[in-house]
Formats: sequence, structure tokens, C-alpha cells
Amino acid sequence: MGGLAAAQAAVADAFRADWGRVVAYLIRVTGNWDLAEECAQDAFERALQRWPDDGVPSSPSAWLKTTARNRALDRLRRASVGDAKQREIVMLRASEEADDGGDSGIEDDQLRLMFTCCHPALPIEAQVALTLRTLAGLSTPEIAHAFLVPPETMAKRLTRAKHKITEARIPYRVPAAHHLGERLRAVLVVIYALFNEGYGASTGAHLIRTDLCSEAIRLGRLLAELMPDEPEALGLLSLMLLHNSRRAARIDQHGELVTLEDQNRGRWDSAAIAEATRILDRAVRRRQPGPYQLQAAIAACHAHAPHAAATDWDEITILYQRLSEIAPSPVVLLNHAVAVAMARGAAAGLALVDQLQEAGSLADYYLLPATRADLLRRMARNPEAAIAYQRALDLAPTDTERRFLLRRLQELDGPARD
Amino acid sequence: MRYALLVCVDERVELSEADAERRFAEFSDFQDDLRSRGVLLARERLRPTSLATTVSTRGGDLVVADGPFAETKEQIAGFYIIECADLDDAIDIASRNPAAAYGTVEVRPVWEV
Repeated sequence: MGGLAAAQAAVADAFRADWGRVVAYLIRVTGNWDLAEECAQDAFERALQRWPDDGVPSSPSAWLKTTARNRALDRLRRASVGDAKQREIVMLRASEEADDGGDSGIEDDQLRLMFTCCHPALPIEAQVALTLRTLAGLSTPEIAHAFLVPPETMAKRLTRAKHKITEARIPYRVPAAHHLGERLRAVLVVIYALFNEGYGASTGAHLIRTDLCSEAIRLGRLLAELMPDEPEALGLLSLMLLHNSRRAARIDQHGELVTLEDQNRGRWDSAAIAEATRILDRAVRRRQPGPYQLQAAIAACHAHAPHAAATDWDEITILYQRLSEIAPSPVVLLNHAVAVAMARGAAAGLALVDQLQEAGSLADYYLLPATRADLLRRMARNPEAAIAYQRALDLAPTDTERRFLLRRLQELDGPARD
Repeated sequence: MRYALLVCVDERVELSEADAERRFAEFSDFQDDLRSRGVLLARERLRPTSLATTVSTRGGDLVVADGPFAETKEQIAGFYIIECADLDDAIDIASRNPAAAYGTVEVRPVWEV
């Protein structure tokens, strides 16, 4: 039984490590996304049957690739005559591979798959779903659960995306150099969206969504490995690791949100912070700043402060300033205003927040009134703070955030905190 | 693989004579470029929707009406049929169409028979 358990564990490990590899390879040799997924599935099922008796192969990924490819050939052989041409193509492409199942080109396959899944001609929700399905190996019901949509809706979304890839002929390749920059940004957006989907969740489907964070980090690692010369890919990985290092401290034992200021920094993952810092240093050395590197640098400032009062807010102010220059957005300006408030006093920050409020671009964003409320509270302008908290409560998207704001609102009646 | 590039612009915009000439030259250059690459299968420039007539038959009755089938901000001003390897190539070509800078270019695969 020990052998059986060990073999099953090996299959589970291989699934996490190699699913994306096998699918990516099969899509290249068959050009058929559904066939690729089905045959990859078959190969893992076969591994579950064979490995307990035959032993775990020396290269599980090569074994899985070969098994899946043969399965694809089998299926095409048994299918209608019309598929003869496709069968030839599979044989031809497969014979181009080294017959020892060498790993050459595999990494490229995964990169191709990433760029195709994140093609801007697909809707963003489909890009995210397709990435999870083909690269991370999540099942359609798992993805549906993670995004809180019915499984049928998710299945349709995936089918439609694959249909468009095939019928509009979205190519399976790494984009040409002159488009690589913008296409890489699209991949980074998908991975970060995945991470935020998991990180933002604090209630309900909590566990699955924690998984989304790990999947996003795993894909971020893969991309950073595949494109080690792209500082923004490194920046994104560092950023996700830094956010994730605070996950345990972000929610208290009652499931309530804890602000950065009040978090128990002893619960931050110091190994993750150290790794993220090394990665960020590597990125910054290339001297091509970008939004993810800057956000990671900001997160690193927080991560390296031994306690909240020791935070280098001057540095954070400068970083937000630079971020607003290269990636201007009202949310960045709001964060900049908070940094200014911490560095130079609440009044200086409030002036910037009020400017943003007048500009009106964040009219429905709860963090605008929530920030105003917090600054007014720090300035002991409690009646105005109460009105702002009320406004934030009306706009807050989740119960966790509403409970947090309500607590703050109630504290206004008590003794001043600062 | 064949794709149709549908050029959509706001036809109400009027250009000065100099601008109109410049734009005409831009479109000529675009076409010459497509021809020299050997990807152009067909192209037509459409006259404005003020000359359009919409025809339908319902229950055997012929219905003829003035104007385009839908009132939209942008109208189809012309189209190209191109032959290229994949969608990325088609997007690349569409992005070079002068109208991409002030209107939009819709890229649609053509049914292969």
C-alpha cells in the first residue's frame, strides 16, 4: 500500500507540475484544444493505473507527454477519415521532437500557451478562465466556483474562447518582438487579476480563492522563469509574493479585516518577503522601471518596516508619484494622497483627497470616502468623519469591508484613537 | 486564411480639401502596401449611408426604406478582403489602415468553402 500511496502522490505532484506542459505540448502538435485537454486527462488517469505497478518513470513529464501524444494519435486514428490529415500533422510534428522525450521546446510551448490564452482578441474573463483551465489544470466547475458563476456559464465561456482561437485562427506562438511588450502586459494583467480575485475574497468561497492566489503566484513564477529578462514579469512576481506574505495577518480570528497599520507583523511570512526582495532587486537592476516594479517597491517598503510607525512614507510618496507618472489612475492618486498624509500630516493628504473628490472620477469607489473619513478622524473632525464613513458604507462591496467601516464609525463616539 | 477588414468611421466628419487629399494618399499607400505583399484579394470604398437603401421581405411583402439598417455613430465606409496566415497578421495589417487612427477596423474571418 505504501507503494500505491507513493505512486498516487507522484501523480498528484506531476499534475501540479506538468499539466500545463503536457497540454501546451499537445496543443502544438495537434492544434486541437479540446483533444489536447482530453488526452492530457487520459494520460494522468493512465499514470494512476500504471505507476503503482511499473514504478514512477524517471522523467514523469516525458512519460506523460508521450502517453498523451499516443492517445491523441489513437483517437485520431479511430476518428473519421477526414482527420487523416490532422493525424499526419501530429506524426510529423511529433517526429520532429527528440525521441527520448527531451524537454526542448517545452518551455516555449508553455509560453506560447500563455500568450494565446491571454490574447487581447479574447474577453478578459475568458483569458483568465482559459489560463486556469489549460495552464493550471483547474476543472471547469472549480473555475466556476472560484468566480462565483454557474458551471454552465463557465463552460460556455471556455467553449466560446476555444472556438474563437480555432476559427479566427489566433496563432499559437510567442508574439513578434515589436508586439512583445504590449502582449506581455496583457499576460501580466491576467495573472494579477487572478491573484486579486483570490486576495480580495475574504468570505464565502474562501479556500478555493486562496488557491487562486497560489495559482497566480505559480504562473508568475513560470513566466519569470520563461522570460527572465523582463523586469515587469519579475516585478509582478515580487508584488504578489509581498501581498501574499501578509495574508495570515490580514484577517483576524473573527474573520475581520485588519488594516496594514494594525497587523501583527510577526505573522508576516519573512521567507516570502526575503525572496520577493531578491526578485525585485534583480528586476530593478535592469533599469527599466514599470508599474509592477513600482508597486512591488511600495509593498517592500511596508514589508521592511519593523512596525507601522517606522514606515518610510517619504519613500512611498515618491514611489506613488512615479507610479502616477507612468501609469496614471485615480486609484494611484488616492494612494499617493494617503502616503502624503502619513508623511506630511493628515491635512496635506486631505487636500489631495478633496481634489480627487471634486474631479469626480472615483465617485462610486468606497475607498475615497473611507480615506476621507480616516483622515478627518485623525484630525479630530469627527462629525465630518461620520458622514464620510456613512457614504463609504453605502458603497462598500463586501460584508467584511462594511463591518470594518461600521466599527470605525462606532469608534468615533468613543475616545480618540490617535 | 481570409479575413474581411471592415472600416468603420464617423462619416459626418467633413475634411478640408487638403486633409481629404492627404487622407486619400494615405489610403493609396496602404493599398499599395497590401498589393506588394500579395495579400489583397478585394477592396471597395462605399459611398455614404445617405445613399443607402434597406430592403427586406416579410411574409412576401417587399419593404424598402431609406437609410442604413442601423443608426450607429460609426458606419462601414469600405472593406478589404485579405489573405494572411493568422489573426495576428490580420491585426497587424488592420492596425496600419489609416482609419484605425480615427475610426475602427473590424477584423472578421471569412467562411471557407
